Amino acid sequence: MTERKRASPFRTAMRRLLHHRLFILGCVLFGIVLFVAIAAPLIARVDPNKLAMRAKFRPPGADFIFGTDNFGRSLWSRVVWGARLSVLIGGAVVAINAVLGTAIGAAAGYFRHLDNGLMRINDALMAFPAVLLAIAVTAVLGPSVNDVIIALAIVYTPRTARIVRSSVIVLREMEYVQAARAAGAGHWRILRHHILPNAMAPLIVQLSFLFAYAVLTEATLSFLGVGAVPPTPTWGNIMAEGRQYMTDAPWIITIPGAALMITVLGLNLLGDGLRDVLDPRLRIQQ
Amino acid sequence: MSLLTVSDLTTSFQTGGGEVTAVENVSFSLEKGEILGIVGESGSGKSVTALAIMGLLPRPPARIRGGSIQFEGQDLLKLSDRSMQRLRGPGIAMVFQEPMTSLNPVFTVGEQIMETIRAHENLSQKDSFGRAVEMLEKVGIPSASSRMTDYPHQLSGGQRQRVMLAMALVCRPRLLIADEPTTALDVTIQAQILELLMDLRDEFGMAIMMITHNMGVIAETADRVLVMYAGRVVEQAPISRLFDHPLHPYTRGLLSCVPTLDQDQERLIAIPGSLPEPSRRPPGCRFSSRCLSAVPACSEAIPALETFEPGHAAACIRIRDIA
Repeated sequence: MTERKRASPFRTAMRRLLHHRLFILGCVLFGIVLFVAIAAPLIARVDPNKLAMRAKFRPPGADFIFGTDNFGRSLWSRVVWGARLSVLIGGAVVAINAVLGTAIGAAAGYFRHLDNGLMRINDALMAFPAVLLAIAVTAVLGPSVNDVIIALAIVYTPRTARIVRSSVIVLREMEYVQAARAAGAGHWRILRHHILPNAMAPLIVQLSFLFAYAVLTEATLSFLGVGAVPPTPTWGNIMAEGRQYMTDAPWIITIPGAALMITVLGLNLLGDGLRDVLDPRLRIQQ
Repeated sequence: MSLLTVSDLTTSFQTGGGEVTAVENVSFSLEKGEILGIVGESGSGKSVTALAIMGLLPRPPARIRGGSIQFEGQDLLKLSDRSMQRLRGPGIAMVFQEPMTSLNPVFTVGEQIMETIRAHENLSQKDSFGRAVEMLEKVGIPSASSRMTDYPHQLSGGQRQRVMLAMALVCRPRLLIADEPTTALDVTIQAQILELLMDLRDEFGMAIMMITHNMGVIAETADRVLVMYAGRVVEQAPISRLFDHPLHPYTRGLLSCVPTLDQDQERLIAIPGSLPEPSRRPPGCRFSSRCLSAVPACSEAIPALETFEPGHAAACIRIRDIA
């Protein structure tokens, strides 16, 4: 019985993942970022916006682990709270994407008469470079965290929708979908039971990379000054301010940069691992 | 009244090269508990006929140009999508050719059968589980209740086809359409599945429409046979008549392709040429381009089905000359 239980697709995937070293490394890196983000109020008790002009430009040391910036604010607090914002924005964008992208992609792939309309709108949105479109949307909406989330969702949802659509187009022609139809299943039942569960693998992989893109684009927006307004502690904001003091106080720009790099690297390794395990074409080559 | 009466069914497909007729003026009927075999080469219109009855032809590109399909007195072509959906399963069910891909890989066998039950009946989890186990036992799956938690890839081809049958039969359909149900299986399993189909027919009293290109399968199971060629019915006969006195040259050709044990043959006999593409069908009788008995008159008009014996009809103008 135990032998049989193990054959569930979910369990097989889990077992393979646990043997994938880079996936584990990705999980550890992203896990650290996630932990810091969640525990921010506990591990960074100093207000990230508290000014201390007498303590400005302190290098990393005993008093301030990561040093202080040009206003004497604790860089540790700012980077930790920045992690919280990055994870929040990334997570929200991924969640919106998962829901909207799946809905739009499934509708376009399954109901072919909707395909043309939905996909042309998609194409139009995908024609713009991501950052440019995000800047345009935040320019219209305004520079708050919520508006950044909406902007990034608008930028990345078309990509997700396209991936879901292509899986759905393949799956709707599968014999088991035809068989389900012959057994009297309706559209909703077919989508929910037969098509979407089988379309999940590429979507999960895409969403893990999307998290990284969202974090990176958010940092870009703040760095360019069109994201969340200063003094909100986002990594992009901290780096933008630190840029002027790069020669005298290099820690201000390098520490949030390293944090950003760890997050993106972790997510990419995690996504690569998921892809190795979930993509059946790659599995054959191994 | 017959269970199923198809009359003058004509369907076509919109393709890049214009509209192509797949099935033309097909008529037949099926009684309760009867097994009707439909034979023909690939592309002769067998599966299109089946899908038209199920209401599963993708429209567009397919289009039903004429005719009617009466099932228990109602015209299926006039039913709404919703009532058609309710009919699939308890009314008409279908098993497909490929047991390897006809089951959803992410759900267990049990979940898939139970889902079919719950699509049509308001049963509790426990009751539908019981029904599914009972059905798996009926189709000959050993230790059915522990097999319920198996995923499709853990089953062999024959077992999967049994599961497919269980899924099709779990709502007790009055008509089962079996589209080449044994083609993908090896010979011993084929025989078992056919046996099982006949047993289930006797138990449930359902009619079966058996689509195949295998004369052996037809000989073993069917009560009556419909021979199709290039989208038209060319001969219709009770099973014994068809094998003893085939009328149409195409049927004769098909039967002489089957090697026999008592003749010492160097080579297999084959019908010359191949099935003409729908857009390049010859004028008149569609078989005329490959027929050994063809005369110029054959190309002038499409021959109508003509009854020669009670229940035995063929569409050929030369039958009296060549018989």
